[in-house]
Amino acid sequence: MMYRSLFPRDLFAELDRLQREMQQSYELSPSIRGVARGGFPAMNVGGTAKSVEIYAFAPGVDPASIDVQLEKGVLTIAGERKAEAVPEKASVHIDERFAGRFRRVVTLPEDVDANAVSAKYRDGVLHISIQRRAAAQPRRISIG
Amino acid sequence: MSEQTRDTQTPEPTLMPPVDVIEDANGITLYADLPGVPKDKLSLHVEADTLTIEGEVALDIPEGMEASHAEVSLPRYRRVFTLSKELDSEKVGAEFTHGVLKLRIPKAAHAQPRRIEVRVE
Repeated sequence: MMYRSLFPRDLFAELDRLQREMQQSYELSPSIRGVARGGFPAMNVGGTAKSVEIYAFAPGVDPASIDVQLEKGVLTIAGERKAEAVPEKASVHIDERFAGRFRRVVTLPEDVDANAVSAKYRDGVLHISIQRRAAAQPRRISIG
Repeated sequence: MSEQTRDTQTPEPTLMPPVDVIEDANGITLYADLPGVPKDKLSLHVEADTLTIEGEVALDIPEGMEASHAEVSLPRYRRVFTLSKELDSEKVGAEFTHGVLKLRIPKAAHAQPRRIEVRVE
């Protein structure tokens, strides 16, 4: 335990470690690309035995301008949200809403079927549903 | 128009929607992001000088789905503003498209800007 006494515990390093551990415990599959919290659009991801469901909260975006790509197990959602026009001589009191180009990437589980994807935009939420391959779905094996 | 941060009416936790507030000579325009809220689950309430924006999230969730990552973790938005006297709260106009609420609150006629002559004596 010489090491400990030579290098007393650094409080900030400990906090850092704690934060990493907490992040890993609630993000079930931490990915090498990470998941940037607080980005635009905010994302919820869930799954059933048959599909992976992704919800991107992207209000006020023209659905035709959203670019959704699925390549090598990585889903990319990109687009642009234009800033609201501010008339001349107007003053902006609060400016919290995101404006500009956005891009978010999600690593998908290995068993998804890239050919069975559906994407819908409703009430400002882009919902992408990707089927899992049949072979990967749980099957009941009967005993003969 | 100012925001009320203290709120004793609803004990349940809610999400605070981000807003933009722009003021011009004739009134105030407010934009609020409420993604996932259908039109019939949006509620706007003006009482005395208090404006309340509330919305309930309704997503298409397949049966048996388990969430693995959630950044929008509450199903309800809420934000309260205090309107100032010169705003005409009876003439609030609202539009709601693609999860963005646009409110237009005009200034009362007497509060519209007037040019005041400065007389030199």
